[in-house]
Order: sequence, then C-alpha cells, then structure tokens
Amino acid sequence: MINTNDILETINMIENENFDVRTITMGISLLDCIDDNIDKACDKIYDKICRYAGDLVKTGEDISIEYGVPIIHKRISVTPIAMVASACQAMKTVKFAQTLDRAAKEVGVNFIGGYSALCHKGFSAGDYALIESIPEALSTTERVCSSVNIGSTKAGINMDAVGKMGKIVRQTAELTADRDCIGAAKLVVFCNAPEDNPFMAGAFHGPGEPDCVINVGVSGPGVVRAALAKSPDCDITEVANIVKKTAFKITRVGQLVAQEASKRLCVPFGIVDLSLAPTPAVGDSVAHILEEMGLQTCGAHGTTACLALLNDAVKKGGVMASSHVGGLSGAFIPVTEDAGMIDAAKSGCLTITKLEAMTAVCSVGLDMIVIPGDTSAEIISGIIADEAAIGMVNSKTTAVRVIPAIGKNAGDFLNFGGLLGGGPVMEVNYASPAKFIGRGGRIPAPIQSLKN
Amino acid sequence: MKAVITVIGKDTVGILAGVSGECAKNGANVVEVTQSVMQDMFAMIMMVDISKCTVPFKELSESLKKIGSDFGVQVHVTHEELFNTMYRV
Repeated sequence: MINTNDILETINMIENENFDVRTITMGISLLDCIDDNIDKACDKIYDKICRYAGDLVKTGEDISIEYGVPIIHKRISVTPIAMVASACQAMKTVKFAQTLDRAAKEVGVNFIGGYSALCHKGFSAGDYALIESIPEALSTTERVCSSVNIGSTKAGINMDAVGKMGKIVRQTAELTADRDCIGAAKLVVFCNAPEDNPFMAGAFHGPGEPDCVINVGVSGPGVVRAALAKSPDCDITEVANIVKKTAFKITRVGQLVAQEASKRLCVPFGIVDLSLAPTPAVGDSVAHILEEMGLQTCGAHGTTACLALLNDAVKKGGVMASSHVGGLSGAFIPVTEDAGMIDAAKSGCLTITKLEAMTAVCSVGLDMIVIPGDTSAEIISGIIADEAAIGMVNSKTTAVRVIPAIGKNAGDFLNFGGLLGGGPVMEVNYASPAKFIGRGGRIPAPIQSLKN
Repeated sequence: MKAVITVIGKDTVGILAGVSGECAKNGANVVEVTQSVMQDMFAMIMMVDISKCTVPFKELSESLKKIGSDFGVQVHVTHEELFNTMYRV
C-alpha cells in the first residue's frame, strides 16, 4: 500500500495549501483557416475551435474529480491572429477577436489567447492592423487575450513596436476605464515570447507547433510555502532542496493530468509549464514564500536573491518530473494576483524598480502592475524597452503587463475581481524618455559571448 | 484499477461501516484499510478495487462524500495513480 503519510500529505496540500493544476490549455493552429475573405476565415476559425475544444472543459472537470486535484482553468491558445489576418483584404481585424470570443463562450473556456502579433524584427501588414485593433478588440470582447512580441535575443528590439505598444496599452486602458481598465490586464508585451505558453494573457499557439496540442501549467505557491514553514531554521542549501522536492511532486501531478487529458482528447501532449503561479487567495502567494525564506516583506533587500533561488529550484525539481518542459517555467510575480505582493506594494516596500530587478531572475516580467492614470505612452514604452532589454540580453522571456489606472493616482486602488485580483496604483518615474522612444528603429541583437 | 478513499475528521461510530457499505453497494471491493491519528484528527485510508464498480467514478465519489458530510468528516476519493505518480520515481 502507498505510504499513509504521503496520502495524508497530498490531501492536506489540496485542502489547506491551495494545491491545484492551474490550467489545461489546448493549442489550436488556425493556419488552415486562412482565407482572403474575412467572413469565411472567421467561420472556419469558429468551427475549428468548437470542433477541437468541444470536450475540453468536460474532460478537465472529469480528470479533476477522478484525481481529486482542482484544475482551475481550461483555456485555448491559437495561432497569432496577425498571421491569419495578413491574408485578408479587408483589414477589419477586430472581427477575429469577436469570433474568438464567441467560440470561447461556446466551448465554455474563460480565456482564449492568441490575438497576437510577432513583430520583433518588423511589422507585416497583418501585424500592424492587428496591433491597431487591440484597444477595440479588448474593450468589445470578454475572454480574448492579446500579446505582442517586440523583441528577441536573436533579433534585437523593434523600437517602432515598443513606441506603438506604449500608446496601445494606454488606449486599451482608456477604452475600458469604466471597468477598472481591465482591457490592459489582458494585454502582454513580450520579449522572447515562448510558443507553447499555457498561461494567460500571453498564451498563443506558435507557428512551429503541431495542429493541436495540450499544454499544462502547474501551480502551488501555497504548498512550497507550507513545506518551508516546516523547517523554519534550516540553512539556504536545505531551503533549495525543500523547494526542489516540492516542485517535483507538484509537477508530477501536472504531468499526470497532461497525459490523461492528452489521451482522453486524442490530442498530443506538448509541455508542462513548471510555474509557481499565485492567486489573490490567502495562502497562495509567491511573495509569502520569499517572506518564509526570511524577508520581513517582499521587496526588501535580498528579495532578488531569494527569488533567484526559488526560480532555479522550481525548475530543477520540475524538470525531472516531466517528460517535456516548456512555456514560461519559473516563478510568477504578478502584483495584483498575489496577496503578499499587494500588501508589500501597499506598504511601499515593493516598488516598480525592485520588481524590475526581480524580473531579471524570474520567469516573466513586470506583470499586473497598476500605474498612475497620467503615465504617458512614452513612459509606458520606456518601461517596455527596459524590460525587453533584460530579456534580450539574458536570453530569457520578459514581459510587461501594466494597467494605467485612468483617472487615478498613486495610492488609489483598482479591483478587477476573480483571479486577476486588484492592487494599488504604484508610483512611476515621470522623467521623460520621449526622445529616445520617438527615434524608432531597432536595438541590434546582443553579442552572445564575452558575458559580463 | 484502484482508488484511495481517505476519511479525515473526528472519530465517529459507524463511519467505517457507512463508507464500506456504500462501496459494497456500488461494487467497489475494499482491499485494505489503515487508520492513524494525525495531530488530534482521525484518519482512515481505504484502498478499494473499482474495476468492477457499477457506477461511474463521479457518482461513487459524490455518494461517499455525502456519507462523510452526514458523519461530519471529510471524505476524498482519488485514483491510486495520483499517489504513485507523486511519490514513486
């Protein structure tokens, strides 16, 4: 028989430590839906999504019941719509967003990702049309998520796109100002975007992916924190070991769920994304793990070091537990989605400058950060450029998902509700980067040797 | 195919009979039972063979959870595979 303590430990993880599988995401290629007639293309897209993902939600729920582990989200990612839209003569790209939204509602998923463009080296006509349509698309749909890749280690940073995205983020927030600017919470600007990321809002189904694939994102910050709390006085080597062991167990469950979903849906298994994804629920916070390691508050000096250890140990533990690892894989630090980060930001201990340093050693980037409503488009572009530079030089994914709180100032609060949470408006540096952003052009790809 | 039933809560007269009776009614054969006390809580773990179970897993799970709530204890029903995956390399 299986060890009694192991069984009880698992039940305790699920009941008391918010252990869950965060998402089963079905990636669907829309390359075969391309048509020069936009209405025909939209019909093909709607039909394909409904056909492929019709059983996704039910399958996820069945697996969740049988294995006793909550599977929080069932989601869909699709081919970057800019690639599909390029073929259409009528550039009413927003129609694609509305089609995705309808299809997502029909199959019962809460988010669909892929209203995206990959323009790290330059724009195609489809990229440009899609980017222009993002504010309208995100303000007139409910479940569509959008992402734009503006840089990569191999291509450098497209500063024209950086400049453009500063304006688009602002416009998206303005158009949804009556709903706490939620549009901007569904828009991510990436450098080195992964093609197989199952997590929203940045999920899309890359052009190198198969026709359809199942990717799974694991979670479990609460489990890691609880494991560390059992050894309050051990040294840092042991802390890393505890994180590794816990990440292994969490990821094994992710792998099991991925394999089972893949078998039942007759869709190949893609990857498990080894991520610690927090939720606003108490006891499900990445910041609290860092505090458990010995920081008074997340954001204190030492935070970057703790996060680097955590991020690395999660990967080391998770890699052996899964046959294929990919996506973002690491610790997420979305401020509004993490109870500990919200408290740290409110207290003033956690600032955007500290968060920027933290993104150099963790999975994603400046994520779910509420900034003052009077932040100019150029400053947002400056934030994007800085973050992209960290990703480009360090050969890692970085992203920016900031929400300009239209009409609000530092210290006010935005509340999105649900897993997107809510958070205080954080101060930004108002010194203008407008001339730098206005120059346009490309930052050349960085040298890959002489690493200092 | 086996499932693991865990019962956690205050020790109550009739809980073992209630759970095993429900298993018998649905064709799930009890293979092994262990009990332990975790902190001040009673924990019973039951391994059942569900290969000849006459109802879908979801129904079995729901009926056992209902019995648990009648007795004021927590009942979880999980495929054995979950624990094998997590704790065996």
